[in-house]
Amino acid sequence: MTAALLDVTGLSKRFGGLQAISDLALRVGEGEIVALIGPNGAGKTTAFGLISGFLTPDAGAIHFRGRSITGLPPHRVCALGLARTFQIMRPFPRLSVLRNVMIGALGRHADPRAAAARAGAVLEELGLAAKAAEPAGSLTLSERKRLELAKALATEPVLLLLDEVMSGLTDRETERLVGEVRAINARGVAILLIEHVMRAVMSLAQRVVVLDYGERIAEGRPEEVANDPRVIEAYLGDERL
Amino acid sequence: MLLLQGALSGVLFGGVYSLMAVGLTLIFGVMRVVNFAHGDMMVWGMYLAFLLATGAGVDPYLAFVVCAAALFVLGFAVQRALVDRILAAPHEMQILLMLGVALVLENLALVAFGPEPTRVRSPLSEATIWLGPVFVDVARLVAFGVASALTLALYLFLFRTDLGRTMRAAADNTYGALVIGTDVRRVYAVAFGVGAACVGAAGALVAPILPFQPPTGLSLSVTSFNIVIIGGMGSLLGAFVGGLLVSVAESLGAVFLKPSLKELFSFSLLILILLVRPAGLFGRRAS
Amino acid sequence: MRWLGALAVLVLLALPAVLGSYATTILILVFFYGFLGQAWNIVGGYAGQLSVGHAAFVGIGGYTAAMLSLEWGITPWIGMFVGGALAAVLGAVIGYLGFRFGLRGFYFVLLTVAFAEICRIAVSNVDAVGGALGLYITFTGDPRQFQFQDGRVYYYIALALMLAATGVVALLERRRFGIYLAAIREDESAAEALGVDTFKYKMLAMVVSSFLTGLGGTFYAFYLFSLQPNAMFGIPLSVEIILRPIVGGAGTLLGPILGSFMLTPLGELSRLYFGQGGHHGLHLVAYGVLLIAVVLFLPQGAYPYLRRFFVGSRP
Repeated sequence: MTAALLDVTGLSKRFGGLQAISDLALRVGEGEIVALIGPNGAGKTTAFGLISGFLTPDAGAIHFRGRSITGLPPHRVCALGLARTFQIMRPFPRLSVLRNVMIGALGRHADPRAAAARAGAVLEELGLAAKAAEPAGSLTLSERKRLELAKALATEPVLLLLDEVMSGLTDRETERLVGEVRAINARGVAILLIEHVMRAVMSLAQRVVVLDYGERIAEGRPEEVANDPRVIEAYLGDERL
Repeated sequence: MLLLQGALSGVLFGGVYSLMAVGLTLIFGVMRVVNFAHGDMMVWGMYLAFLLATGAGVDPYLAFVVCAAALFVLGFAVQRALVDRILAAPHEMQILLMLGVALVLENLALVAFGPEPTRVRSPLSEATIWLGPVFVDVARLVAFGVASALTLALYLFLFRTDLGRTMRAAADNTYGALVIGTDVRRVYAVAFGVGAACVGAAGALVAPILPFQPPTGLSLSVTSFNIVIIGGMGSLLGAFVGGLLVSVAESLGAVFLKPSLKELFSFSLLILILLVRPAGLFGRRAS
Repeated sequence: MRWLGALAVLVLLALPAVLGSYATTILILVFFYGFLGQAWNIVGGYAGQLSVGHAAFVGIGGYTAAMLSLEWGITPWIGMFVGGALAAVLGAVIGYLGFRFGLRGFYFVLLTVAFAEICRIAVSNVDAVGGALGLYITFTGDPRQFQFQDGRVYYYIALALMLAATGVVALLERRRFGIYLAAIREDESAAEALGVDTFKYKMLAMVVSSFLTGLGGTFYAFYLFSLQPNAMFGIPLSVEIILRPIVGGAGTLLGPILGSFMLTPLGELSRLYFGQGGHHGLHLVAYGVLLIAVVLFLPQGAYPYLRRFFVGSRP
């Protein structure tokens, strides 16, 4: 087996009495799109926190591009080419949309003019160019979702972790964002996404990993997973779906 | 013997510290706002006791009721007029707002009463009782008794009355309290008022013991912060125990150390606790 | 905008020729507090780390220059930079502890206050540096001793300090450093996720800010000829330092200067009209009311609103 881009083994994290993640294994190959799904509270966002360096695992190892990133702080992980978005969007509200995206670009382009050019290109790609001068706090939900994506994309990642970027969007908006994510992937950026919007998962993901109570209960192609009895049971147990 | 004497004075004065800190921690616990004007409010309690004593001849050990009531009104008004507008703002903004209130209160006192140290005379403040080998300052004993009774009353209020229970519920979970139909704004204003009333009473009680001037408020604020950080922000039990601890430590420090070194010690302790255990002794873990 | 700035500087350069000594004195204080506010602005405004202990850096800077001058005859022109360096070391220590241990909001405020108070008490108790009474500098009028017969020289030094600090901030603001600081202020975790080494940049902001503030200590000491621990390390000075940038607009280039032009004359005039007697707290009452009003009605300070009024857009 060739080395995966992201290789997570034996990952565990406990919060007080709650075992949020236990013995999780997860691989993402070069250029692959993998979806991480599961009922609310299954530990998906915790897994993102661990991979991106915001949380320190109790046990386990995370390798990215062949080197260990276990315990590295988030900015180092980002510099290596792994960027994440937040489920609860975190724009810099009083800064302009362009500034927001520039902050991501400055890591690779220390000169603000070069970073602004790069940020402008990302905004163009995601259809936010018209809003470049607006303060980020004034954007609509759908625009803020795309800004969150634009900021992460501006760091020029090879792996993008997307945490529920589709939730709360209308069907048309979702369709548009799915197209944009696919275009990003077509340029060689691998994607690991947490998503509740099943249509998006089905049309985007090449592989789906299902979490429940912090454990991986199923893995496979989207249509296989959708028919897995254990997955159905886990979801039926969750009335919020 | 010096040790015993120091510890005893410390415990007695600690009752007032506890009352002061309980007021601060109540305000913080209910609305996550640090009252930077806490000490300055206390100084206004002291000056009020001073006015009542000199103007109407009311003994501070009776005047504390009036002082508490007046400070309740002040606290209630500050919450309604100012704090209520910025509960959702960043913490830095809340700190600056309360810093503004502190500046106004301290310097209004300066304008009104001048910079000279003041003290309130009470017939009790000269008396002492010998208890075997140690003596007890009657003023401190009364202050301790009244402060402890008030703290106890506050506990009963918070745990036995509907309004008190709602207040604690609001402290635990604002959203939940909103859902069950509480007027959260009223609860907040009452909590701020009660917190301020604590220092109103505390101020009157120490006015015969501690000479004061307008800048005393700042050092009382810092002492209150010390206590609630040690006890754990938002913890009532922590504030009570912390008040006794800090007072005993200060009192023992005064026996063995130069007063200035005592202050040095308490600030060093504060830094240590901030770094090692910011949640304090009784606080829930800071997130 | 640039023309307006150049014009303003020219006017300020020419003013002493027409102003009386009292007005000159007020402007010296305007510039000096503008300078201190600008220095604080780097860490407190741009990086959003609310330090209420900046007086400690003024004190360290001033005492260092004064002691070097009194004990070893080293000119304050050199002592100024030694003082700045020592202030920067203290800034690094406070920053390291605060940022490494993740103290935010109220906890960071308390940490900075505690350090400043420790410095104040320590200096008050060391007789070698004058103890609680402080140090006095005899006036010789020797420029090599940072003393001048002509009061207007202090005017130009204070103006130069304020303009230099503003130049530094203008430079930082446009570079990656300044943009990163704004990101840290707005949302630290989000900045971290985008590859910003938040610890490093907060430390840098603290060190630059405390160094500049330390330089101000020398001016303070040699302009007033006296150093007192309560005045130079006390919480009241720390509060004075933060008031102006907050009222003018924290995290903006001209906010601290605007704030100083608003507050400093107010304080000095109230001192003039109400005298030094019983009413010398009145200007601080006014400052407090202004601070409350700014927090409630202009949370970004006066500058952004003024700018929008004149220019019509935001930066």
